[in-house]
Order: sequence, then structure tokens, then C-alpha cells
Amino acid sequence: MCGIVGLFLKDKSLEPKLGDMLTDMLITMTDRGPDSAGIALYGAGEQGGMKVTAQSNDPGADFAGLDTALAERLGTSVSMTVRDTHAVLQMGGGQFDAIRAALSDLRPSVRIMSRGETLEIYKEVGLPKDVAARFDLRGMSGTHGIGHTRMATESAVTTMGAHPFNTGTDQCLVHNGSLSNHASLRRKLRRQGVHVETENDTEVGAAYLTWRMMQGATLGEALQSSLEDLDGFFTFVVGTKDGFGVVRDPIACKPAVMAETDRYVAFGSEYRALVDLPGIEQAKVWEPEPATVYFWSHNAAPTMHEAA
Amino acid sequence: MQTFDLEAQGLRALNATLHAQASDTNQTAWEVVNPRGSHAIAVGLDAPIEVTVKGSTGYYCGGMNKQATINVHGSVGPGVAENMVSGTVVIEGDASQYAGATAHGGTLIIKGNASSRCGISMKGVDIIVHGNIGHMSAFMAQSGNLVVCGDAGDALGDSLYEARLFVRGSVKSLGADCIEKEMRPEHLEILRDLLERGGCDAKAEEFKRYGSARQLYNFNIDNAY
Repeated sequence: MCGIVGLFLKDKSLEPKLGDMLTDMLITMTDRGPDSAGIALYGAGEQGGMKVTAQSNDPGADFAGLDTALAERLGTSVSMTVRDTHAVLQMGGGQFDAIRAALSDLRPSVRIMSRGETLEIYKEVGLPKDVAARFDLRGMSGTHGIGHTRMATESAVTTMGAHPFNTGTDQCLVHNGSLSNHASLRRKLRRQGVHVETENDTEVGAAYLTWRMMQGATLGEALQSSLEDLDGFFTFVVGTKDGFGVVRDPIACKPAVMAETDRYVAFGSEYRALVDLPGIEQAKVWEPEPATVYFWSHNAAPTMHEAA
Repeated sequence: MQTFDLEAQGLRALNATLHAQASDTNQTAWEVVNPRGSHAIAVGLDAPIEVTVKGSTGYYCGGMNKQATINVHGSVGPGVAENMVSGTVVIEGDASQYAGATAHGGTLIIKGNASSRCGISMKGVDIIVHGNIGHMSAFMAQSGNLVVCGDAGDALGDSLYEARLFVRGSVKSLGADCIEKEMRPEHLEILRDLLERGGCDAKAEEFKRYGSARQLYNFNIDNAY
């Protein structure tokens, strides 16, 4: 199974309530995925800055003094906000590769959840309501976000097997379904030098999108070609800096419901996830077509990395 | 009219209450409020009662229905009226995938669109859709009628048996062994009755009929055991 939720706000006055609304949607999807939960939020960020969300199983030891150590190593300002097992490291700038190298050197057991100007990803094992409480997701604001509740089928229930997966700067992916050619595709991607950490099928899907974009494809093109190259069942929701996208495999047995009003565009695996959104009774509600790539963006002229 | 607040009273109580109605009950009209997309609303009914759901539902609304008339003032999730035996289910909005799957009888009316696999393995139900239907509809459909006033998606009627398919609009593609067939007077008569029961203002003459070419493996007697 698995549950997916997504919310893209058109009405700025709703932005302080994004975390609260997404948390309610996420908790409603608990019975589709009680194993683990995660959320990707696009909130405040510094223009030209770099924000890295890091995770540790021993946050007390790993995050102590990490900001100053990292600032010293990178020669840039670093501010750190710790939320439970995750820490958001806000840097004035810098190359991600250098940041990743410094992090793995300074704190070898710390894992990187996301990178970007505005993206933050939080995910852990446990019931969605508990995961949401650990990170205080309700208190977070932002322009848009996506969330996932996991019922594991293809790999172990671990933090790194939870969704969303970071696919590139300010980009992420959540998945409902299962990919059946992930083992061969993982070998192929690793040969191409793409980093794939776990035995999880969705991570391979995410790595596939990253690889296609490294080759010069736009996110829209990468999603389009995923319809050819990925074997299995999927409804994907992808987060981008300016919005989100949706694509379902041609068989489309994994459910998807969309709702749009002049205040927001919302995605849910089921209509249940949407019932508390403001004005849902008057919303346009529909099911996205199979094998069709959809995008919503705050940016009237999307960059080449996100345009469909 | 009996009103049942699903949010306050719960799903189990709703279905138990509706199941408890005898065939000669005086409480024939029921209204369900606050459905909030819940699954399995009004499932397994077996009495000539009329249930109106005020809002949208989740999976399997009206599943296994016998005798009852169920109206949904909203849209329904996957598997509406799955395995219905008799009675009528009317959806004012859209229906998600596999609407009316495996249903043996009764009438399913969808006033909006139905998505993929509408009428999959239908075994005698009449399904009337005012809008469009998605891909793989009437897959392995065995008996009954599927009427589509709009368009049909890919692979309509794949591996079809004896169900009749009537489509007014375009058909994106036909599935294996499904072909267009001649619309004879007896088919027009059947279709007129279906359109009237479905509350459609379409004319029977505007439709095309599709059915099985009976060329697949199991139609050849030499393949019988």
C-alpha cells in the first residue's frame, strides 16, 4: 500500500498552516502505511544559500558542535536547527560535494536527507502521528510540501527506507507501489557512478531520475522516460523548488485523487486525506490520468530543471 | 427519514443498523451524513431500503448490494457496487477504478466519469455511465450491459465474453477479441430501456455496439477438457 499526500499553496495566507494541514493529511493516511512516515517541506531559505538536512541515530553526540566544526572546515557561516534525529544546517553557500565530504569526515554516521535552498526532509520509522510529533511538523510553515506513510513491501523498515527521497537540489520523490526491476536498474546506475545507498526500490526510482537529469533531461522528461524504464506499479509525487508533479504508471492501479481550489492544489492517495482542507466541498476533485505527467508551479516560467 | 451521522456513530454501527432492516421494514429511507471519504459504506445490504449518502466515499461503497437503492451525492472511491447482486446504486459524481467489478445483477448509474477497469469481470450487472470510462474497462466481462455516453479509454472489452458494450463517443482502442458489432433493432430496444433507467438524454441511435469476436482460446471447443 503506502499513502501519499501533497499540498501546494496558492494562497500565501495559508503558508503558516502548511505543516499543520499536511500533518492532518499524513495522519489520515496511517492505515495505508503505519511503518514509517516522512515529509518534505519547502519553507524559508537564503537566496543562493545551501540547506542540508542531516540525520543521526545518536543526535546528542553527532550534532554537538557540528555547526562550528563545519563552519571551520568550509570557511563559511553555518547555522544549525536540531529537530529530534534531524538537523538542518544552513550554509551561506558552498558546493554540496564539499559539504558532503566535510560531513562524512567530521561525523561518519550522519546521513544526508536532503539538500537545497528551501527543501527540508524529515523521515523516521514509526506511526505517522509519532513521527510528526517528534519533528513538530505541525509548527512548520512553507509554500508546498509532500508526505508519505509507508507500508514496506520491497525492503526493510528503516529510516533510510522511508520516503521522501532526495533526487537532486531542492527535489524529492515519494512513491506508492513497487518496482520490480530495481535490482538490475540499481546495478546499472551504480556502474554509471550514481550513489544508491539501500536495497529499497524507491531509492532506485529516485536515483534513476537523478541520473536522467545529470544527463541533461528536465524533471518532466525524466518522469516521462520513467514510464518506459521502470517496471512495476507506481504513483509518484515529486517535489520541486517551485511546486510539485504527479505521474502514475500506465496500469494506474495505485490510487490518486487531486483537488484544486483558488487557494491550493492537493494530492491524496484517497479522498479521505483531503476532507479537512478549506473549501473542499467546492473544490474541483479528479483522478490524474495514467501515464501522464502533471506539474503545478509557483514559477510562471519554470527553470529547465523542472519544466515538463 | 432516518439520519445517521457516520462521524459520530461509526461505520460498524451504520452497516449493522442497515443490515438489521427486514424486508418489510417501515424505515425505508436512510440518510448518511459526514461520510468523509470513508470505506465500505452501506456494504452488504439486503432489504428494499433507500440509502442516500451526503458526500463522497472511499473504497467499496455499496459492495455486495441486494435489493437496496443507494444514492451517493458525491464521488466514490475504488470498487463501488463491487459484486452487487440486485438493487440500484446511483453516483452523482465520479467513480474511481473498478466500478461495478464482478457484479452479478442490479443497476449501477454513474453520472460523472468512471476511471479504469469499469465493469471488470461483470457478470450480469447493467452499468450506465453518463461521462467517460478509463482503460481496461469491461475486461473479461461475462454478462450484462455497459453503456457509456462519453468516451472509452484503451483496451475496451479485452478478453470479453457475452457482455454487451454500448459507447456513444470514441473508443481509444479495443482490447483483444473485442470488436464493433452491428446494432440491430433488439439491441436498440435494450439500449433505450437502459438509457431511460439511467436518466440519460442520449439517443440509442448515437451509440455503437461492441462485443466478443469469440476467437480466443476458450471459445474453441477443441480446447475444452
